[in-house]
Formats: sequence, C-alpha cells, structure tokens
Amino acid sequence: MARAATTQRKAIVTVAAWIVGIAIFFPILWIVILSFKSEGDAIRTPLEVLRAQWTLESYTTVQERSNYLRHFWNSVVLSVGSTLIGLIIAVPAAWAMAFVPGKRTKDVLMWMLSTKMLPPVGVLVPIYLIFRDLGLLDSRVGLVIVLTLINLPIIIWMLYTYFREIPGEILEAARMDGATLRDEILYVLTPMAVPGIASTLLLNIILAWNEAFWTLNLTAAKAAPLTAFIASYSSPEGLFYAKLSAASTMAIAPILIMGWFSQKQLVRGLTFGAVK
Amino acid sequence: MATQHSRAAARLMISPAVLLLLGWMIVPLSMTLYFSFLRYNLLMPGMEEFTGWTNYRFFLTDPAFFAALTNTLLLVGGVLLITVIGGTLLALLLDQPFWGQGIVRIMVIAPFFVMPTVSALVWKNMFMNPVNGLFGHAAHWLGLEPYDFLSQAPLMSIIGIVSWQWLPFATLILLTALQSLDQEQLEAAEMDGAGAVQRFGYIMLPHLARAITVVILIQTIFLLSIFAEILVTTNGGPGTASTNLTYLIYMQSLLQFDVGGGSAGGVIAIILANIVAIFLMRMIGKNLDA
Repeated sequence: MARAATTQRKAIVTVAAWIVGIAIFFPILWIVILSFKSEGDAIRTPLEVLRAQWTLESYTTVQERSNYLRHFWNSVVLSVGSTLIGLIIAVPAAWAMAFVPGKRTKDVLMWMLSTKMLPPVGVLVPIYLIFRDLGLLDSRVGLVIVLTLINLPIIIWMLYTYFREIPGEILEAARMDGATLRDEILYVLTPMAVPGIASTLLLNIILAWNEAFWTLNLTAAKAAPLTAFIASYSSPEGLFYAKLSAASTMAIAPILIMGWFSQKQLVRGLTFGAVK
Repeated sequence: MATQHSRAAARLMISPAVLLLLGWMIVPLSMTLYFSFLRYNLLMPGMEEFTGWTNYRFFLTDPAFFAALTNTLLLVGGVLLITVIGGTLLALLLDQPFWGQGIVRIMVIAPFFVMPTVSALVWKNMFMNPVNGLFGHAAHWLGLEPYDFLSQAPLMSIIGIVSWQWLPFATLILLTALQSLDQEQLEAAEMDGAGAVQRFGYIMLPHLARAITVVILIQTIFLLSIFAEILVTTNGGPGTASTNLTYLIYMQSLLQFDVGGGSAGGVIAIILANIVAIFLMRMIGKNLDA
C-alpha cells in the first residue's frame, strides 16, 4: 500500500519536475536547434522550423563574415589568463590566512570582500580615462588586469574556505620532520589543496567568460571577447537568427560543460562559504 | 604555534593581494570623488574647474535620476520576488525523489551559465519579437494580437529576462540548504500529525531563512549593476522607461562625455550599494566565527 503510494507520488513528481526543467532549459535548446537551420527557415513558425532541413551553414558564415574564432580566442585568453594570474596572487594569500591566522585576518578577509561590493559603474569613468591615457583601451592586457582584480576577492575567499578545511596538524607534522616552507607547500599542501584550487579555477573562468560590464565598455573590435561580439547583434542588418544562434551556441557550450562539472562548488563559491 | 618567522612569511604572502586590491579601490575611487566636484566634459578639454556640489545638484534633480532610481528598485525588487519565490518552489520540487534527478538539475541550472548578452538577445529576438518570435507565433496561433514586449513593457520584459538568468542561482542555493535539513526532524513532525503546510512553515522555512537572506543579498549586489541586458535590448528606452542607475551613469559618462556628472552619479551608486553591502558583510562575517 505505502509502496504503491510512494511510486505514484514519485511518478507525479517526475512528470512535474521534467516539465519545469524542460521549460527552463527550452530557450537554450531552441537556439541550438535554430543554429542548425538556414537563415530563411529560422524565422518560420516553430513547426516549420523543426521540419526544415538541418545545415551547418550558419557556423561557417559566422566564421567567414566576422572572424568568430578571434573573439572566441579573446574570451579564452581573458578568462583563463585572468584566472591564472589571480590564482598566483591568491594562493599564497589564502594559504597564509588559513594557516597563520593573525588578529586581523578576519578584517582583511572582510575588507577584500567589500571591494567586490563596489558597483563597477562607480569607477567606470576613472578606469576608462586611465586606460585611454595608457593606451589600454581595446587591449587584452588591460582587460586581463581588470578581470583579475574584480575576481581576486572571490578567488581568495574560495581558496580560503577550502584551505581552512585542511587540518593544520598535518603541516605541523611535516614541519617536525624537517620540511621547509617550500616543501610544505609543494609536497603536503598542494596535493591536498588541488581539488579546491581546481574548482576555484573552474568557477572563475566561468565568471570571467561571462563578465559583461567591463568587456563591453573597454573593448571595441580588436580585443572584444564573445560577450562584446554577440552584443553587436543587437543592431543587425538583414536576417540573423540562425547566425546569432550559431554564435551563441558556440559561446555558451564550453561554459555550460564546465558549469555542470562545477555545480557543487558553485554554491560555496558564490555565497563566500555562507552556504555549503 | 605560529613563529615570528612564519608570521613574517605570511605577511609577505598576503601583501601582493592586499596592495593590488588597495590600489584598485583607492585610485579610481578617489578619482571618481575628485571628478564629481569638477566641471569636466571630454568634449571641452582644458576647461575643467571646481564647481562644488553642482554636479550632485544637477544629477539628483534630473528627472531621469528619479526614473532610474525607481527602475533600479523595481528591477531589483521584481527579480528578487520572482527568483526567491520561484526558487523556493523549485527547490521543494527538486528535493523530492524522482526519476532523472541529475538531468533535470542540469537543465534547471543551465541558464545561469549563459552570458548576459546571449540571454538578452535570445529572449529579445527569438521569443519577444512580435513578428518572428515564439510568443508572436503563439499569439498568432491563438488568434491574438502580437504584443511588442520590449517597447510596450520594457522594464517588465527585462525583469523577465533577468529572472530567467537568476532563478537557477536561487534554486541551487535553496536546494543545497534544503538537503542539509535533518530528515528525522521532518519525519517526527509528520508522525506528530503536522501537515505539509505546517512542516513547510515551521520547519523548512526557518531552516531556509539564512539561505534566502544570502540569496537576496548576493543577488541584490549583482542586480544593482545590471547593464548588458539593458544595452542590447532597449538601450534604456523608450525614453527612460528601462534605464537603471548603472545605465544612466554609463550614458552620462561615456555617451555624453560628462565626466563630472557621471562621477557624481557614480558616488551615489556607491553609497546605495554600500547600504546593501553592510548587511551582507554582517551575515558572512558571522559565518566566519562559526
């Protein structure tokens, strides 16, 4: 009796959850479908779209007409570059705060977090002018610097919450056995910290890839990553649904895959450890 | 246990991060503050002069400021309302056992990973476009007049788009919180005759309160700075109907080249964001002690 009731309940929940899930996912599914249709077919009614011939032509036109790969490469350089530089700066800082906490460690951490609360538009003008004077507008170097700085607090915080879970006694034991600071970091801490560092890396690449305030305001054509390139479709000429879909599909696919891998760490990273 | 030596090493390891963030904060912030008291337009170089509070007076008495402030509050409030209520309901649904949990979870989280310019343009063209969009097709099929969402209800449409992006975030965090709820407590309550509504109201909701607060605070920080979605859909229009504070300051500084006025707006945006930030920091700070 009870078993039948639970199975029935499970069936109802299954149907409801799948309907909601597909509804939320539908816009993404739809652009993937449109990206494999010709421009003329992409604006037809939904049923006609589904029946229309599948084709790869949008993918090739996007590349031929706008050098899509350059923007894709810009996105890769900006997100991976800023994340790696951020990690190089953040790992020692987080290590020190987690294992050699001082009286002011908490204050330093909170202050770092507070820099993240600064609305970007509040410093838009000075950053724009500094970049103009230094010739950094529309350059990858300039954007890597900005993206590193805006994500640094998140990187430090995420690493800090991971490092704090590593028992300090292990480090003391290593020290007793005569390990130097360098050995400690290289042979004891690093292997234990790699999972935390890996998820920090993933989450930050995602955040930097999708960043759309500074990338839109500080780039024109040369250094524009995908966020800015896709924004150029806001005032298109002629038919563009299939091309926009193809460009979008390629822009979100790598991040969707990384995002699915890092979904567990996402909560912790984005709430600064407040929800685990 | 920490020795003098390791303390010095620790300080050395923290200093690059601290110095960089300090520079990132102090240099542009003091420039913004300084510019906000100048008459400074990029179209008239060399004409800069000190004007006291004039920029603030102009910015604050501009009808566009009031409209932008209202729109900002509506945008933040509307998205919060939709995502928190929707996220709670979705989390309750997904927390039940059902077939294909992993796949549904992946589908629900997906919109969060879509870059803002893509989601805004896809909704604008493939869904909300009155002629070729799916909503237009649906209206046609039902025999209704197609509705031009972005020109007739621009702010509502943007609230809808942004909610789609942030619903996964709220759902994911609330779901994580729900899963840490003690199942035995729920079972005990059920044995004692508590109905589903009572269990939700007296056990689940208090347990979720903290996660909901975190969702509200973190989303508010990001939602105050919504920019790309407005830029690619409505450009803040028609008129100022969908201009928020971030977009207004952007227009003033980079489209009208009014550095002084834009900076005064920037200072005001910083003050507003700080009010939210103080609450958020308190929440996270408490967790640090635990």
